[in-house]
Amino acid sequence: MALELIKGNIAVAEAAIRAGLVSYFGYPITPQTELLEHLSARMPELGRGFVQAESELGAINMVYGAACTGLRTMTSSSSPGVSLMQEGISYLAGTELPAVIVDVVRGGPGLGNIAPSQSDYTQMVHGGGHGEYHVIVLAPASVQEAVDLTGLAFDIAEKYRMVVCLLLDGFLGQMMEPVVLPEFQPVRTIPPAWGVGSPDSKERVVLTSINIDPPSQEKFNVKMMTRWQEIEANEVRFKSYYLEDAEYVVIGYGTAGRIALSAVRAAREQGHKIGLLRPITLAPFPTKAVDELAARVKGFLVVEMSNGQMLDDVNAIVAKRAPVDFYGRMGGVVPYPDEIANAISELINGDHDPNADARGKWLAYMRKLVGMGE
Amino acid sequence: MVETDVKIVYKRPAGFTDRVTHYCPGCTHGVAHRLIAEVLEEMGELNNTIGVAPVGCAVFAYNYFNFDFVEAAHGRAPAMATGIKRTLPSKTLFTYQGDGDLASMGMGEIVAAAARGEQITVIFINNTNYGMTGGQMAPTTLPGQKTSSSPLGRDVETQGYPIRTAELLATLDGASFVARRSLHDARSIRMAKRALRTAFEVQKHGLGFSMVELLSICPTNWGLNTEDSRKWLAEHMLPYYPVGDFKVSTAVSEMKIGGN
Repeated sequence: MALELIKGNIAVAEAAIRAGLVSYFGYPITPQTELLEHLSARMPELGRGFVQAESELGAINMVYGAACTGLRTMTSSSSPGVSLMQEGISYLAGTELPAVIVDVVRGGPGLGNIAPSQSDYTQMVHGGGHGEYHVIVLAPASVQEAVDLTGLAFDIAEKYRMVVCLLLDGFLGQMMEPVVLPEFQPVRTIPPAWGVGSPDSKERVVLTSINIDPPSQEKFNVKMMTRWQEIEANEVRFKSYYLEDAEYVVIGYGTAGRIALSAVRAAREQGHKIGLLRPITLAPFPTKAVDELAARVKGFLVVEMSNGQMLDDVNAIVAKRAPVDFYGRMGGVVPYPDEIANAISELINGDHDPNADARGKWLAYMRKLVGMGE
Repeated sequence: MVETDVKIVYKRPAGFTDRVTHYCPGCTHGVAHRLIAEVLEEMGELNNTIGVAPVGCAVFAYNYFNFDFVEAAHGRAPAMATGIKRTLPSKTLFTYQGDGDLASMGMGEIVAAAARGEQITVIFINNTNYGMTGGQMAPTTLPGQKTSSSPLGRDVETQGYPIRTAELLATLDGASFVARRSLHDARSIRMAKRALRTAFEVQKHGLGFSMVELLSICPTNWGLNTEDSRKWLAEHMLPYYPVGDFKVSTAVSEMKIGGN
């Protein structure tokens, strides 16, 4: 297969087509729009479904309908649009439907800006919609990985009948990198037996998220939790760099993880025993891997393009067995490798107090950095 | 046994399940359901139809029809139907929506679906109030009409004017057939059935978006018995919401309808 130089948004769109996407529904929003634009041309020419919806609410509810057929469907958006989609994500979860949602995260809150950010971690990983449910969240760190995870997203969405979110950031969406696109998969257009309009269902199909009787709702929730347990056991993915002999570990995902790798390599060259754990599945989180590291390393540094949304999850796992430092940039600002290198130095040369207020220390640093004084 | 010549003139439609509905006594939801089931049966579409239920009194509509059904979020039924139709274009799709669902929460979705000329059929029940939540003011509540959230009567100075949905959607080029009918007497019901047949035929012929608004009674929340409710509809709703065909595209007017 030939390498092609493709922008992240377009690469994901093309990967979805090759994964057998039957229908797509979206709304323009920067920095995701090229994904919608690409599909607006490609889907009709392939005889597949495409609608530019009236809003993200419209788009996600079109996906809700399409997902009721059990055929491959997708939407894409960026943070403010994904906030609007949370209604539909809750309904999709409550109806046990497979769907893929691409979130090309930008700086916020509010209208914020169109620069890369990781501030949607909480709304995707810990659920932004009402009720109790999980979404599988995949976080690539390169365009090639985004392409590879797009196919996986459809596969596991179908396997578990769940929503899978491909969590990018503006950087990955806009960046051009050489990639190998996957082969075209056959497009399945006959709904499975559980889907509406299926020729194979033995009785009529009714798909709803209503459980008007509380005990039956509770039973459904137990079923969903049991499935999540299975997903936590089987679907955790992460990438390790230099962890075998590491005394210190940086944890970062996506673009932040990729930039952190540069800093980790530089520290290695200086003789520090440091490694990187880059979660690929943010949900389910690589809890076991972090837990094992917490038992043997001298300290962690969590790096994010947010205020430490993943930091809280890492802290819960490490449980003060080792210090967990934090370095984050917010609002669409992307950290340079030397900023992370400085944070690594501070971790290694620090007092290793597992009870230290890492976020407080970071915030004090940030106040100085942005010119807000002490 | 004496041989008798028995002719069945009225029976439960094939499109119904055996369930007893949860609707209040006198409510016209049951009539609207029956008309839809009869039309789809007569068109031979029962096995090819997918319904989209709303949030409102008809939230459990899928319990009463015996074909595939999905349940939408409040107001989003036209978007959900769009998603299914664009994924399975050969299926017949309809939404069944009340006035809070369609004309308030879901006004964005219905206008966009109609403007796109989405190949779906929308059945819109207008009973001038939010039935399921206990009779609050709806976008369709008449000026001066008392509801549980307009206790002094709808004051148009502060609460605005009712929306004539059929007339509004008829302005959109993508809407091919938009009609209003009433369910308050037998003659009106027969006319309503013909309009529903036309609406579904429009979809079957691929002629675009179709909607039938059905004026309905809500005896429980109106605080009237069935007979007085029917009179109230005729006296108060019909002048504000006249029945008629508000949009019949050229293609629809030339459409030939098979069967009866």
